[in-house]
Formats: sequence, structure tokens, C-alpha cells
Amino acid sequence: MPEMEFYDEMSAGKAGDHPLYRHVERWLAQTPTDTLAARRAQAEYMFRRIGITFGVYGDKDAAERLIPFDIIPRLLSRAEWTRLEAGLTQRVNALNLFLRDVYGPRAILKEGLIPPELILRNPGYRPEMIGRRPPHDIWVHIAGIDIVRTDGEDFYVLEDNARTPSGVSYMLENREVTMRLMPDLFAQHRVAPVEAYPDELLSCLRSVAPRVGGPDATIALLTPGPYNSAYYEHSFLADKLGVELVEGRDLFVSDDIVYMRTTRGRQRVDVIYRRVDDDFLDPLVFNPTSILGVPGLMGAYLAGNVTLANAVGTGIADDKAIYSYVPDIIRFYLSEEPLLKNVPTFRCREPAQLAHVLANLDKLVVKEVNGSGGYGMLVGPHASAAQREIFAAKLKADPNNFIAQPTLALSTCPASFDSGVAPRHVDLRPFALSGAHGVRIVPGGLTRVALTAGSLVVNSSQGGGTKDTWIVDDDAALGER
Amino acid sequence: MLARTADNLFWLARSMERADFTARTIESTLRLEILPKSGPEDMAEWEGALNSVGSLESFHEAHEKLDEPAAIEFLTFDRANPSSICNCLENARATGRAVRTALTTETWTAINEAWLELKRFETRRRGSKEFDREALARFLDYVKKASLDFDGACYRTMLRNDSYWFNRLGLFIERADNTARLLDVKYHLLLPESESVGGTLDYFQWVAILRSVSAATAYHWVYRDRIKPWLIADLLILKSAMPRSLISCYESIDRALDSIAREDGRSGAAQRQARAMLTKLDRATMTEIFQGGLHEFITEFLDDNARLSTIISEQYLFT
Repeated sequence: MPEMEFYDEMSAGKAGDHPLYRHVERWLAQTPTDTLAARRAQAEYMFRRIGITFGVYGDKDAAERLIPFDIIPRLLSRAEWTRLEAGLTQRVNALNLFLRDVYGPRAILKEGLIPPELILRNPGYRPEMIGRRPPHDIWVHIAGIDIVRTDGEDFYVLEDNARTPSGVSYMLENREVTMRLMPDLFAQHRVAPVEAYPDELLSCLRSVAPRVGGPDATIALLTPGPYNSAYYEHSFLADKLGVELVEGRDLFVSDDIVYMRTTRGRQRVDVIYRRVDDDFLDPLVFNPTSILGVPGLMGAYLAGNVTLANAVGTGIADDKAIYSYVPDIIRFYLSEEPLLKNVPTFRCREPAQLAHVLANLDKLVVKEVNGSGGYGMLVGPHASAAQREIFAAKLKADPNNFIAQPTLALSTCPASFDSGVAPRHVDLRPFALSGAHGVRIVPGGLTRVALTAGSLVVNSSQGGGTKDTWIVDDDAALGER
Repeated sequence: MLARTADNLFWLARSMERADFTARTIESTLRLEILPKSGPEDMAEWEGALNSVGSLESFHEAHEKLDEPAAIEFLTFDRANPSSICNCLENARATGRAVRTALTTETWTAINEAWLELKRFETRRRGSKEFDREALARFLDYVKKASLDFDGACYRTMLRNDSYWFNRLGLFIERADNTARLLDVKYHLLLPESESVGGTLDYFQWVAILRSVSAATAYHWVYRDRIKPWLIADLLILKSAMPRSLISCYESIDRALDSIAREDGRSGAAQRQARAMLTKLDRATMTEIFQGGLHEFITEFLDDNARLSTIISEQYLFT
């Protein structure tokens, strides 16, 4: 691949008076390699012992694997976070307004800003939701927006995950592990705590309960079950929230009201934090073969007797084909300039752009508009000529299904290996909660790191790992302790 | 609580308890087998062991010939035997994982560590095909410890709410079932003096029975006497001080069901059935039990115990 310059978050800040990573750098310089190795082993032991695993689709032998954890924290300054937070809040607000509009008056289509067929024929668009308004017009209660950096200035949004984003349990558990393994390093920084996330999530879910008397609302977390790759996270969150972890078979609907089957008979459910995709929610309305869902759930939902978080139909907001329009969406609904940048995106559905993509396959990353988890994508610079040729054929056969983006020079952070410390590419997924009282974002997020040297793919299904993310107050006095 | 959660907690405890009983049964049978024998070599001991863990029939379906290595393999690592120790521990972890939120961290860690250790045992075994007594002894020790860890974690860390009581219900119903099965298989050795036909070898049989319920020492503390078979029956059926006796199990079952009823504010068929069984054990004497027939008594108990399990399922909507 062509030589690229990468922005390294640790070395970039060295110029100033108080480099952000000064304590980390000193710690790395002073800690013997065998101590670092021991910390890595301890971290792995801790994760395995608590059973934090994830499943990998299509890999039977490794039914339960650990997501590798890198012990070196990733740092962002408070000032950087403040900018990022404002941008994320703006983006989530715009997406909620967009969803309200496309299932309501469709002003944005009438204005001609987005081709109507891109919305109305999109598999993520749910006609069942037309004319519906969830409580407080909140659609995306939980968003996990993927952010990357290429320099010290800008944050780019890579994806708006507005359906059932996962990873927040790693944000919380990674913090527990770093605090235990590296208490001294931790104490040298003023790290913004993340532990309030479950409480924030709980208030968010309560605030959107359909019945009056929200504080008494019964909340449940709906999981596809222990075979789902994110099951650990589902049980972890239910436990932290103190709500029942239910599977479809634990729920039933009677007279458009959702109940749980309990040892004391039925109990009404008001809010469902569902980690089951739209398609599998209700076999009567969506995929009829789904055994993960609850027959009649959509009926109860449309009758306004239960709140689903996230709302049904949010897939249209994080669709990769819609992504390139989000800056326009922000301007249209909020009359503001977007605070976060979009990655330049070529829409293969437009012939001129398709031609450009085909001519530059070796420089671009091509993604399926409905793919996720790093499946079904081509990283042009890393692919062989033969792989590119196969992909070009797929592209020509169904251009509507693809978008392309330049290969981003993702920033790097130091990571610890047996062979020593080396820079690896990272991204960041903060979690934005949207409730009746506005958008709340716990300072931090999940940093994903591509552990293979040179790799730009951070997905856990593709060999990516995670890091703890520290939002650090720059306090020089504290620093010299 | 969710009916499915209650069901899983119930079966989780049953699986752990069953693994423990199977391990103890193997241990005591091994001890019997290494004694010098006067009669011809037969497999009566292993047959009895398989029978008391309820696996004799399924063993014969899977195997033509019964010998020691085959019996041990079937009871420990055989995936084809649904009640093998490794399947019990697998089930325990699978159900535990499905109700992770109803368990404390300590309880889950005990289950998960037992499972991780099982994986290590399985990996080590792959290298050596040979039957290895030492490795087996280490494995059985580990199984007993896993069950102790689980039990201790539940006892020490779980809130005394429905989760705890359904878990205890499973444990004690399984334990009562195990003790009764052991008595059922060995009842002919435990008859009163006048009917006894045993020789010297019977003595070791009696000790073996006590060992499989970890009561060899307890016996002497309770009776301060040499081992007499009818006293073993008394110890395992009517002595409430003995944690694995039928009456002790039913005291615990009764308490668990009472606690659930108190939280629910309603009591049903399960509470009535458990209370009736406890009262019956409370009033019984060994003389009467022997008069009516020890075998008949045990058979009836096994049926009643299984029925209680079904009634609990129905009352608390497990299915």
C-alpha cells in the first residue's frame, strides 16, 4: 500500500508544556517489560474469570472468545471531549428530528434534500411506523457513534449506530480493570468517571415510559439469548440496571399490553430496552420465523402501551446510504453547521461517483450499505488485485448497495505486546443517551484498536481489541505528584 | 421473578448437587473395588453405582460390556451420558449464564471457574488415553470442591429472596433424590439384625454407603457405636442432624417453599405436599419403616419427591 502518514496521539502532543501522555510515557519507560507482561496476563485472567466473552459468528470452535484488551489507556483531554460532546449531542438531536420527520410530515423529502426512494425503499425504513410518534419524540435512545481522528483538529464520524449499538459493557469493565491493575498511573490523572452510565441509562429509559407515574415503570431488557454474541453485555447491563433480562418467550401480549411471565403470574412491562433487531421483534409483523420475538409486541407498541428503546425504524437513520446526507440533515433541522465532520463518501448509486470508485478501488474502502461488524467490506489498499476484481463485479451488479470512502489515516495510540510497545490504529465509540430531559453522554467511550500491525479494521470480529478511554483534566499541579 | 429464571436456578443447583453425588459414588465404589475379594470378580459394585446415580439403563444402552474403566468414563467425561459429571457442570454453567443477573458475582465465578477447570481437565486427558487412578482422584476432588464453592457462594452472598430459595429447592430435592436412590440400591444390606445375611464383606459395603454421603465420621459422632446397618438407615432417613438425610432435606425444602410463599403472599399445592412429606418423616420410626418394608418406603419416597418437583414446576409456571 502507499505510504501514509499517521497521527500518533501520544507523540503528537509532545510539543506543548504539558503533553497529555506525559505520565503514560514515563510509566512505559520506567515499567520493566516483564511487569507489563504480567499486567497483560492479569487483565486476561480477570476478563476470563468474570466471563466477559463474545461469540464470533461462523466460528464454532471459538464459540466463546475474549476481546483482547490492551492495558495502555487511550487519553483525550477535557477540552477535546467538550468539543466532541457538543458534536455528538448535535448529531443525535438531528437524527431524532430526522426520524420524526421521515415517519411524519416528510419535510426533508418535500424540500428535495434526499431522494425519496432512498428513504421509502430502504430496508431500514419501517412503513409500520408512518404517522407514529414515540413518547417525547425520542427515537434513538441509545446511540453508539463511531468517531475517528486523522489529526489533532478534527473528529470524523464513521458510523451512526442508531439501532442496538453494543460495547458499553467493555467501557465499564475496562475501567474496572485498569483501576485495579494500574492504580498509580490512574492516580496521576484526573480521569472522568464512567460508572454513572447504568444510572443515566435507567433514568433515560424511565423518562420515556408510556404511562403516567414513570418512576414506577417496569423496565426489562430483551435479549436474543445466551447464543447471541453480545449476551454477556445484555446480562451485565440488566444486572447493573436492576431490571429483568428477558427473552422473547418470557413475554406475552394480551389486549395490547405486554406482560412478563413471573413466578407470581403476569407482570406488566412498560419499557423494553431491546437488544433484538427490528426484524425479529414480532413474528406477526416482521420475520414470521423469528422465535426471538414476541407475537403481538408491535400491536402493543403501536397502541402506545409499551416503549421500545430504541424505537422501531431507526435503521433508516444509521443507514450507510443516508450517512452522506447527515451534514445536510443537521443543517436542515437545526439550522446549525455540523460540529463533527463526515468522512467524504461516494454514493455508488450515482453513476459518476460509481465510475470514480471503480477507477480508484485500490485507494478506497467500499462498504455494503447494510453490512456491519466489518463483514462484506473491501479495504482497497490492503486487497489483492484478484479480490478487487471480484468486488468490482459485485459493485457493478448492484451499485445501490455500496458506498465508498477514502482510506482514512486513522490515528494511532501505543499498545503493549510481548515484542514491546508499538502504535496501533484506533477509533472511539462514545454512547449518547437521549431521553425526555435531553442528551446525556458519559465522558468516555469504547476505544477499539486494530491489534494487527498496519491494520485499519478495529472490529472485534476482525481481530480488534479494546482500550480503556480516559477523559483527562489537564491539571499541571496534580501531574507532578 | 421471571418463571424461566426460577426454573433455571432450580436446575442449576440440581446439576451441581448431582455432580457432587456422582463423584462421591465413584470414590466409594473405587474403595470397595480395591478390597481383596473372596468371591469371583464381578461388576456388582459398578452396577450398583450406576444404578444409584440413575444411569444403569442408559449405560447398557450405550455399552455391551460393563467394566470399571467403561463405568468410570460413562460417569465422568462421557458426553453421551446426560448425567455425567462433565454434562452436569456444562449444564450448570449454561443455565447459570442464562440467569447471570440472578446470581451474585461470587456464585457466578464459582460456576465459571468450575467450568474453566473442567476444560483444563478435558484438555489434559486428550493426551493420555490410559486410565489413570491418580488423575481420577484429582478430578473427583475438584468436582467435590466445585460443588462446595458453589454452595458456599450461594449461602454466603445471595440475597434471601426468591432467587436463593428456588436455588435451595433444587439443591435439596436433588439431594433427597440422591440419598433415597443410594438407599434403594443398597437396601438389602441395611436390614435389621435378625434378617441380616451378610458376611464380613458387608462391613465395607456399609462404610462405602456412609462415604458416598460423606457421613463415615458423622455416624460415629451420632451413635458412638460400631457400624450397624439399621442405624445407617436411621441416619440417612430420620436424623435431622445429618445434612443429607431425607428428613433434613425436607426441613430445608419446607423452609424454602415457606419463604417463597411468604414473599408471594400465597401458598399452594407445593407447600402442602412438602409439609405432608415432612410430617410423615417426622412421625416415622425405623421399626415401622422396616415393618412396612424399607424398599417400599424408599420407592414411595422417590415417587413423592419426583411429584413435588412436578408440582413446583406447575405452581410456579416453569413451562
